[in-house]
Amino acid sequence: MTRTVALFATCLADQMWPEVAHATVAVLERAGCRVTFDPAQTCCAQPAFNSGHWPQAREVARHFVRTFERADAIVAPSGSCTAMVHRYEQLFADEPDWRARAAALAHKTHELTAFLVRELRVTELGARFPHRVAVHDACHGKRELGLYDEPRALLRAVQGLELVELRTGEACCGFGGTFAVKFPELSTAMVDHKLSGLDEDRVDVLTAVDGSCLMQLRGRLQRRGSRVRTLHLAEILAAR
Amino acid sequence: MRPETLAQNVRDALRDPVLTGALRRATDTFAQRRQGAVGSLPDWEELRTQAAAIKAHTLSRLDHFLEQFVQRAEAAGTVVHWAHDAAEACAIVQQLAERHGAARLVKSKSMATEEIHLNAALATSGREPVETDLGEWIIQLAGETPSHIIVPAIHKTKEAIGQLFVDKLGVPASSEPAVLAEHARQRLRAHFAAADLGISGVNFGVAETGSILILENEGNARMTTTLPRVHVAVMGIEKVIPRARDLDVFLRLLPRSGTGQHLTTYQSLLTGPDPEGQGPRELHVVLLDNGRSRIAADERMQSTLACIRCGACLNACPVYQSIGGHAYGSVYPGPIGAILTPQLQGLPAAGKLPFASSLCGACKDVCPVKIDIPSLLLELRARAVASGNAGSGGRLEKLVWRLWSWCERSPRRHRVAMWLARIGARVPFAAKLLPPLRAWAASREVPKPNGKSFRATYRGEREGGR
Repeated sequence: MTRTVALFATCLADQMWPEVAHATVAVLERAGCRVTFDPAQTCCAQPAFNSGHWPQAREVARHFVRTFERADAIVAPSGSCTAMVHRYEQLFADEPDWRARAAALAHKTHELTAFLVRELRVTELGARFPHRVAVHDACHGKRELGLYDEPRALLRAVQGLELVELRTGEACCGFGGTFAVKFPELSTAMVDHKLSGLDEDRVDVLTAVDGSCLMQLRGRLQRRGSRVRTLHLAEILAAR
Repeated sequence: MRPETLAQNVRDALRDPVLTGALRRATDTFAQRRQGAVGSLPDWEELRTQAAAIKAHTLSRLDHFLEQFVQRAEAAGTVVHWAHDAAEACAIVQQLAERHGAARLVKSKSMATEEIHLNAALATSGREPVETDLGEWIIQLAGETPSHIIVPAIHKTKEAIGQLFVDKLGVPASSEPAVLAEHARQRLRAHFAAADLGISGVNFGVAETGSILILENEGNARMTTTLPRVHVAVMGIEKVIPRARDLDVFLRLLPRSGTGQHLTTYQSLLTGPDPEGQGPRELHVVLLDNGRSRIAADERMQSTLACIRCGACLNACPVYQSIGGHAYGSVYPGPIGAILTPQLQGLPAAGKLPFASSLCGACKDVCPVKIDIPSLLLELRARAVASGNAGSGGRLEKLVWRLWSWCERSPRRHRVAMWLARIGARVPFAAKLLPPLRAWAASREVPKPNGKSFRATYRGEREGGR
């Protein structure tokens, strides 16, 4: 049975790294899905929500709900944006109608690796990527959506890929949205801790299911002149 | 705390090599011990669920359980006092000391007494209690404040403590923990023997029996509560639990979460004074509100009061691990401090604290009573912004979010805004002009967009097309 999937590209993949969104489409199609993209989509509202500007976040969340609520399944290449949709219930705590619509939407909104492994029960996608890869467990994906085995199962099925576990385990990368610019030195100290041990463990590529963590990790690695590359997990799964 | 103080504290802390090195090692060690101790209990998650349910039930009927506690405690001979705020609580202890002609006071570790600044209040009449917990005693000698809920001197290395002892006690230099502990033991014994009044906190107050439970590892709380002829326990009103058998749940959760022990070395369960025996002739319990009943009445924030002060969230928090406790500028540091302090002191004074978090959620994972700290941080952020309080970034930030919201609820405006952002990211001097970008670019490369956007290049099926 072909599943029709509405892609939520996320702002970062749509605007900054379109290759991530293209890779997401390729991976979903390889897994047998029919992918659609609604250009009416904008943002999930997380930046304003996390910054405490809830009235402004609510308006954007309403737009998200209206755009996607008719879809059968919504898939995003981001644990954080997906977790935000799952948090709409807190945002609409005082509006029962919108809370109900948001809850129904959250139920069918999935992060990419969760959708592949839990919904489609697919791990083998015919990818080939002969490098040493470490996966950063993005906090919202890990703690709000319970992602841990899913990205690993998919990476283990990639031909030639050597999976390396990070020494810093599940530690936060220090991004945290506006936290990264409100407390820039602290955010940097956290990412430096996160990155420790990469060279000793001869990591070639650091991956994650979240563009925002990758922006933080990549920004710091580049500034430090590191040879470690960052790639979104979808890009690895799409590699041949 | 002034709004700018927190940011400055954070910068100062990050420049302190002792903090950034030793603190991370210490908190990692506690976190690992906790992990080991938790692993020994197969029903850990079930226990957490039970504990959260007991606390939620208690907080929903706090008046009832407090009344029961008072009634049973008084029946056992305990004198119960109500303190509306810090000043009242301090005055009660002060008056008790005066009435009993107590000149020499000892105190065991208690965050509630830190919260009300009891030592400073008693010092005004020359009655500053001697701290008897080793860590607290070190902090008192150094003239500092605790930087951790259960490990007050976690920010000090053994070398620094050795030097402190040389300076303050005139003992030979050593950084050997056993030697340092022996110095403390010698001196503290003399204080215990001479003390007229002992002050403690309370871990749990049992409504059913009117008992108080005090957990500790050094025996100092046992001596503080038995040797002096008067014992005064300061207890936050949220410490009450309904039944003695609820302790079965909490005693398995608290030591494992805090120090990674299966059980603390001492558990003192005290029910009334001991006028005939060797214990104190009088036992006083000061029930401290100090903002707690307001939190209890706030449905969305009530779970803040479920906290059993284990400190696990501090050890797990990447922010606390990086900056330590003092940078928070409040008695309660770490994730629990970031939600509790703004509620105790109000958003104008501490509204910035909830923003000092990446919302990673590590605290929620380890909390033994399942407090959803990230959700509470978010709720407080929303309230800080709505009330125009510190941390919300002021009018300019509000304007930016309004503009953002206006753009993001329309696909057409979204496209224009994103187009501008893509240009902005490619303009070399943009990072110098815009403060948020400047803050980012100081230590990280600004991402450069690759070619055209996805929506401009996607050739597949489009749904909706509005």
